[in-house]
Amino acid sequence: MVQQLHYLKESPSQTAGPYVHIGLNPNWVDITGVWDKDLGLAIVGPETRGEPIILEGRITDGAGTPVRDALVEIWQADADGLYNSPSETRGKADPSFAGWARQPVSDQDGSFRFETIRPGRVPYPDGRMQAPHITLWIVARGINLGLQTRAYFGDEDAANAADPLLLRIPEPERRKTLIATRSERDGLPVFFFDIRLQGEGETVFLDM
Amino acid sequence: MSGSFFQRDRTWHPPALTPSYKTSILRSPRNALLSLPTTLSEETGPVFGHDILGPLDNDLIRNYAKNGEEAIGQRILVYGRVLDEAGRPVPNTLVEFWQANAGGRYRHKKEGYVAAIDPNFGGCGRCITDADGRYEFRTVKPGAYPWPNGVNDWRPAHIHFSVFGHAFAQRLITQMYFEGDPMIWQCPIVLTIADPAAVGQLIAALDRHATIPMDSLAYKFDIVLRGRRSTMFENKREGN
Repeated sequence: MVQQLHYLKESPSQTAGPYVHIGLNPNWVDITGVWDKDLGLAIVGPETRGEPIILEGRITDGAGTPVRDALVEIWQADADGLYNSPSETRGKADPSFAGWARQPVSDQDGSFRFETIRPGRVPYPDGRMQAPHITLWIVARGINLGLQTRAYFGDEDAANAADPLLLRIPEPERRKTLIATRSERDGLPVFFFDIRLQGEGETVFLDM
Repeated sequence: MSGSFFQRDRTWHPPALTPSYKTSILRSPRNALLSLPTTLSEETGPVFGHDILGPLDNDLIRNYAKNGEEAIGQRILVYGRVLDEAGRPVPNTLVEFWQANAGGRYRHKKEGYVAAIDPNFGGCGRCITDADGRYEFRTVKPGAYPWPNGVNDWRPAHIHFSVFGHAFAQRLITQMYFEGDPMIWQCPIVLTIADPAAVGQLIAALDRHATIPMDSLAYKFDIVLRGRRSTMFENKREGN
């Protein structure tokens, strides 16, 4: 008889369902007065260091139909590549940058929009530098376990070409699904990140 | 503590494509996920301080009710611990939850079920775990709820949970069910989980010791998040 490992099993995931907003964005669905404002609406403040950018996109299903009831969370490093987290051991992140935000997608067209800053570079475990990226987590009715992906920046060609995660995607064509395309609006860089859950142009999702 | 997280057991979790839960058919990726060890981007995560909490955030019987009134339904306490797979408590982490009222009706603009809205019940709550990973809230037991999947599908009584943990890798949304409910084993969403032992992990136990006499029944629901490696020999240049 060998010794027992005594690990527990992770609680299995279940879908967030169509009414996820009741719990996570109650004011948005007119449940007012329970808490002042929904969590995660603003990620930057007037003191935040770094280059302001906009990350926007749209989520569609396998038939190309907008997913109108999803909720998106983002998590990213500050302008110096430091995370505002107790697990960050390399230095102190910008205290005026939360690094985390969430919002419901539009119930009209499945679109989302985050006003944030361009993140700095963060090392991969072997010491190579990763290209700047924002982690996204998507939950919705019909999604049994939150889908995780990353948005990279369309104007960071050299960094993207050497990114350890992008290089691990076996089909070079699919790497493009993680690269947000750049445009400009009112002098601000706008990065468009299309999320296709299934089918043609399907976004690469991560098991990390 | 820093280090990579245990790989998720995706045979224990529900797979993405579970056709008896119809909405999953068009919302499940067809390509394999890209599997990689966690990096700092997944090993860090946001924290929330007690300053975000109001005094009634974990009291759903009163947090939406008019002054002096209370939600209608069977009064229950739900309590438990947030742990990781190594059995360590997860302190100071945000737990959010939402549910239908005692009649199975959600307060949501897209909801059209005929059961009545309770004017004193909103359906959302949150708390932050203490130093031992414990959380507790008070609510009414939610009712079963019909939904358009099969012709006559009903959700068992359930409470949705959202947990952050200490890293984005631990982020989890799940649902809690109630001991003894026969509808658990008829539900296409529950049955997206293949292993009955995994389903059992989502069924809260009636706890007569924690029940408050002449006031509220109590249910215990522990939540387990991914575990973290802590070996000294991890190959990390930025430190372990």
